[in-house]
Amino acid sequence: MEVIRSQKRTPTNDTVSNPKLPLYFTAPTMEVRLEEFELFAVHRLRVLKGVSDGLARGRNPKEMDETVDTLWRDHMRDPDASVMLNKDIISHFVLRLVYCRSDELKKWFLSMETALFRHRFRLENFQTQRGIVGEFGLPYKAVTGAELEGLKEKLGQVVRSLGQISPNVDAVYYKVPFEEVPDLVATRRVLIQKGYAFVAGSQLVSLVVTQFRAHLSKALILTNRKWTTTIQEREKDRLTPIVEALSTSYVGPDYSQSSEFAEITLKDIDQVAKTSFPLCMRHLFDKLRDDHHLKHGGRMQLGLFLKGVGLKLDDALAFWRAEFTKKVGSERFDKEYAYSIRHNYGKEGKRTDYTPYSCQKIISSAPGAGDHHGCPYRHFSEDNLRAALGRMGLSSRGMEDVMDKVRNKHYQLACTLTFEAVYGTSCDAGINHPNQYFEESQKILKSKTPSAPV
Amino acid sequence: MTREDDAMMDAPQINNPKPEELFNVNYLRIYYGNLFPYTDIHKWLSYGHDGKHPGCDEYYFGRREFSFTLENDVYLRYKSFKTASAMEDAIKSHFPYKIDIGAVYSVDPDKRHAYSQTGTNVFTPVERELVFDIDITDYDDVRYCCSGADVCSKCWPLMTVAIKVIHTSLTEDFGFKHILWVFSGRRGVHCWVCDPKARRMTNEQRSAVAEYFRVYKGNENNARKVALMGYSLHPFLARSYVDYLKGFFEGELQATQSIFSSREKYEKILEMISDEDIQSELREKWENSARSSLSEEAISLVRWEQLKNTLQSKKHKAPILRMCVEEIVFTFTYPRIDLEVSKQMNHLLKAPFCVHPKTGRVCVPIDPYNCDEFDPLAVPTLSQLIEEINSGGSRMDVDDDDSDGSLLGKSIKFFRSSFLEPLLKLCKEEIESSYKTKIAKSKDSFSW
Ligand code: SF4
Ligand SMILES: [Zn+2]
Repeated sequence: MEVIRSQKRTPTNDTVSNPKLPLYFTAPTMEVRLEEFELFAVHRLRVLKGVSDGLARGRNPKEMDETVDTLWRDHMRDPDASVMLNKDIISHFVLRLVYCRSDELKKWFLSMETALFRHRFRLENFQTQRGIVGEFGLPYKAVTGAELEGLKEKLGQVVRSLGQISPNVDAVYYKVPFEEVPDLVATRRVLIQKGYAFVAGSQLVSLVVTQFRAHLSKALILTNRKWTTTIQEREKDRLTPIVEALSTSYVGPDYSQSSEFAEITLKDIDQVAKTSFPLCMRHLFDKLRDDHHLKHGGRMQLGLFLKGVGLKLDDALAFWRAEFTKKVGSERFDKEYAYSIRHNYGKEGKRTDYTPYSCQKIISSAPGAGDHHGCPYRHFSEDNLRAALGRMGLSSRGMEDVMDKVRNKHYQLACTLTFEAVYGTSCDAGINHPNQYFEESQKILKSKTPSAPV
Repeated sequence: MTREDDAMMDAPQINNPKPEELFNVNYLRIYYGNLFPYTDIHKWLSYGHDGKHPGCDEYYFGRREFSFTLENDVYLRYKSFKTASAMEDAIKSHFPYKIDIGAVYSVDPDKRHAYSQTGTNVFTPVERELVFDIDITDYDDVRYCCSGADVCSKCWPLMTVAIKVIHTSLTEDFGFKHILWVFSGRRGVHCWVCDPKARRMTNEQRSAVAEYFRVYKGNENNARKVALMGYSLHPFLARSYVDYLKGFFEGELQATQSIFSSREKYEKILEMISDEDIQSELREKWENSARSSLSEEAISLVRWEQLKNTLQSKKHKAPILRMCVEEIVFTFTYPRIDLEVSKQMNHLLKAPFCVHPKTGRVCVPIDPYNCDEFDPLAVPTLSQLIEEINSGGSRMDVDDDDSDGSLLGKSIKFFRSSFLEPLLKLCKEEIESSYKTKIAKSKDSFSW
């Protein structure tokens, strides 16, 4: 591609070795027309955005396969395979430019491209999959013969622990250093012995995805360097404006800054907590008022949410101090807790990327003993959840609808239904973020009371 | 903020010696002046980079973060020291109540501001031991002898089991060899995995190991705290259950905590059975047998057998009951690790051989292979150590071999022979071999 040039000297040509799913090792060497540069990128962004939505809605891997399949067909597919492949590669490299420019952007792009790759890989047949493993040059040997026999019983145990009744194991296993398949380790989906994980043929995707992610992550750093040192300046009349526009127009809403509605001060906080907080935050808020303490996970979840809601730093400090000092005394508060609150506001320490947690993040958190953070729809027992919903004023009909979603593990939908029941309006976008919940709720409440709140 | 700090707000106990008799700054002066093993700590955290080999990274130790908590609660973060003597001098001039060890950073933590001026954020953690923090306060709902920061010989075995389960998995499953267990000085244990591979893990890999150990999903709002799915236990859980948990639950735990002996106790367990009929069947039985003449332990054991039999006979009823017995055992005995500490490279953890300011006890290493013998209440305290010095006992020049006799000597000796020496041997070999490949490579590239 004329504008970007080759990223890496590896002579692998994606087009030849694997016609369907490129690994994006090298940038294409053809020329790209300016309109295509932008158009392809927009199409790919629609796909990535769709992936992001699917994940935020908590779709399971199977459903995500379907989502990706549809998205790809709608936005990227072309009857001519080579045209589609070009579009695939060009759009990917353009978006690398767009998303290499800040850590936040990089992170988003990296997770979405990785997810996209994961599901496209899953949709391929075993032959193609093996081909991709070879292309990454993964040095793993298949476990066979006596070694496999010796492990059969334990491998069978793993299979059964994952919910399969019969202890039938895969025909092919690979022996892989455990640190290369972190997701399989974390969920105990593999047998681990003396530092090696035994990865079933059907779990290949995990291996490949790790490689893909690592490769892309490095490439983005290089792209960033190129962008800042040469491209940005050289292309300032042509590509730079396009690149800059692309990133802002399509990233999901950013709740790290408070929106127009928000400007919450200390004296309103109890009021809005009651009227506009989603259940997760209301629970934390009430617990804090009751116990005058929250453990780390709770402080982060609620603290960042309040920041997004528009509570200013001074008010935030006052708010937390008022509660914590009842329990730990003000000296300890200043010493141990104030720091991290300032930190959340980017006032202390170097990092400023503390954005309020999304539902996805909250739902996948794992509160432990003494913790109150997490998503009540996911982490409460049925009884506790019912009681909490009762306090939100849900009718028994509404309650059953919500519980039904919970049982099917659609936590955000459950939250959306709660929202709809509480405010009596529909929420088509669905709840993806506690701060979104808050803002939508404020919109509704403000439209109902044209005068200042009493 | 570690949970160890949370304890500081607990009221001092009655009957115990006054805190200042256990711990005060004068004692600390003597301890840091005469006893603290500076050289060993420095050797450990240098990992073979002692400047003797041309392949050494002589700035390695200097990029390690330390933090001090001082007497008046002043908290100094991001301290770093070029040499062992610089560390010793700093400790001797501050007498920290607590010393924490953090990560090795890309640049000297002391100078991080100078680097941050350059615009690029080069100050990031690059190496860190894989650490675990287990604390008895997290077991409050399953021990009846103590609560909060207190610990006694009845509940300490919960820690012992935790050490066994985790240590076995770290060695057998993950293949780690250089693991240090340390008493946290009061009510828990810390674990430092120091193998090169462990130190270089990314946060994602650390989380993966931590999650591998997670079984306990419960929180304050859900009674069924352990949910085991599937038709079998994962081999790691199966081994933990068979080798350690089951025996401990039915033996020592029943003997010390009699977890079924009263209504208040057994109701908590009945709640974990997701079937109301079984719950009420058992409840009825137990209410009727309340006046039995058996000992608490015996009653408790009988009820446990009844529960097992009932569940066995109703197994087919619902898949959710399939693992109910195991779930109960895991709930009571499986290690409750503060996983957040393990997941991030930049978390701080208290240094071994510190002294706990509330108990005055030294954070001594624990031998995982003899952890049954470890008694937290027999760990030497500052005042005992001082007494030993005053009575002319060993000056604790632990460099000679007869240091065994002194109170702390044994711990230091264990630290050296079981942990430090094998570790340094490995590190030296690694430095040597990576140096060789480097030389070989540079030759290659010159050849054309
Ligand atoms: S769905 Fe989102 S907003 Fe609703 S309770 Fe759960 S985490 Fe909070
Ligand atoms: Zn006790």
